[in-house]
Amino acid sequence: MNIGAHYNYWVAIFLMMTGFYVVITHGNLIKKLIGLNLFTTSVFILYISLAKVKGGTAPIIAPGIEVYSNPLPHVLILTAIVVGVATTAVGLALVLLIYDRYGTIEEDEIRLKDDSL
Amino acid sequence: MELIIDITLLTFLGLTALAINRIDKLFCIIMLSGIYSLLCASLFVSMDAVDVAFTEAAVGTGIATVLLLSTIGATDTQQRSAPQRPLFALLVVCATGAILVYGTMDMPAFGDPDAPIHHHVAPRYLEMSQQEVGSDNIVTSILSSYRGFDTLGETVVIFTAGLSVVGLIGFRGMQKFGDRQRAAGITQDDMGKHLVLRIVIKMFIPLILLFALYVQFHGDFGPGGGFQAGVIFASGFIFYTLMFGLDAAMRVVSPRTLSYIAALGVLTYGGVGITTLLMGGNFLDYNVLRPDPLQGQHLGIFLIELGVGTTVFSIMVLIFFAFSSRKGLRQ
Repeated sequence: MNIGAHYNYWVAIFLMMTGFYVVITHGNLIKKLIGLNLFTTSVFILYISLAKVKGGTAPIIAPGIEVYSNPLPHVLILTAIVVGVATTAVGLALVLLIYDRYGTIEEDEIRLKDDSL
Repeated sequence: MELIIDITLLTFLGLTALAINRIDKLFCIIMLSGIYSLLCASLFVSMDAVDVAFTEAAVGTGIATVLLLSTIGATDTQQRSAPQRPLFALLVVCATGAILVYGTMDMPAFGDPDAPIHHHVAPRYLEMSQQEVGSDNIVTSILSSYRGFDTLGETVVIFTAGLSVVGLIGFRGMQKFGDRQRAAGITQDDMGKHLVLRIVIKMFIPLILLFALYVQFHGDFGPGGGFQAGVIFASGFIFYTLMFGLDAAMRVVSPRTLSYIAALGVLTYGGVGITTLLMGGNFLDYNVLRPDPLQGQHLGIFLIELGVGTTVFSIMVLIFFAFSSRKGLRQ
């Protein structure tokens, strides 16, 4: 079996699982959000890998070029990146508010304070 | 050669992700996530997705890093808790990963031109877009013409996210930032004292803004468009704010003005849609805007890219203002 044929997908899965691991094991809220970013980016890589055509170039029409990569996933991911950062910003704003209220951004300490109420 | 670059970049990405998982200093993690985004952008270039790479470089390494840094500036710079139940989590992650890898077994090979994804609507976009839309960059013509609905939705999502951040952090606190700083006796941020930085940034800002405009208006012919231009324009303002302080930046453009600009961008986009309806076409069918359909497409794309650009720009700056206005609050 040719390793190069599926390497992109496997690394995307590896990155996705690393992000997943960061989200579920680490209690620090900022680190959780960064883990979530790893997760999203892995999806971007998967989509862009699917769009690649061997021997193709960027989908900008130019004379003398016959093969282009698939432009549709590019469009989907382009907007997803900007939407991703906007939603991350909402997450970070919530982290700031949690810090105001609890004085910490560690999940277990927040839970302790909740229980002691 | 292409494959070697691809595999090297992917391996580096994996290593960076592992390092992000291991390190507990948040500052280092944020720097690593910036590096991760830059590697991603390079990978996207090697896979022909130049528009996406452009966006990832501007958003991931620029805006996201700055936002994360301003958050740790206002909260905590160190992760204090140890990983919870790491073995159980590892088990879950490995099992999920194994299932996903099993799923890739019957996927078409990387770069295979016969993959189903390349035989649905993509050939039509590639063949017909120049006659139907007239833009050399097919990503732009899909983004703003064929799939204009999606892009309208995404612009609204960005607008909503901006509103949420401002709603969560507070508009009034942001506007009174200058008063608070003056009351505390702070006149200028520390960075403004560095002469070399100040001069270099002063020289850079006009170039960044000019480049953003180029990206905005050249999106039909090369990589670029409203999303990228908005983010790059915003990074010019963020540069200015980092150097000369939030108070000075808010005097250039106030949060209230920004919120109007953001709404105006979404309105421009939706307005073009309504105009096409009134002129007898479908929603966002630019053909009816001018007697010549191609000219109509050109005008329509120009207008909606302008709407996207202004919305993205003002929301990004607004979010950044909201985050940096927290700095003086806790002292």
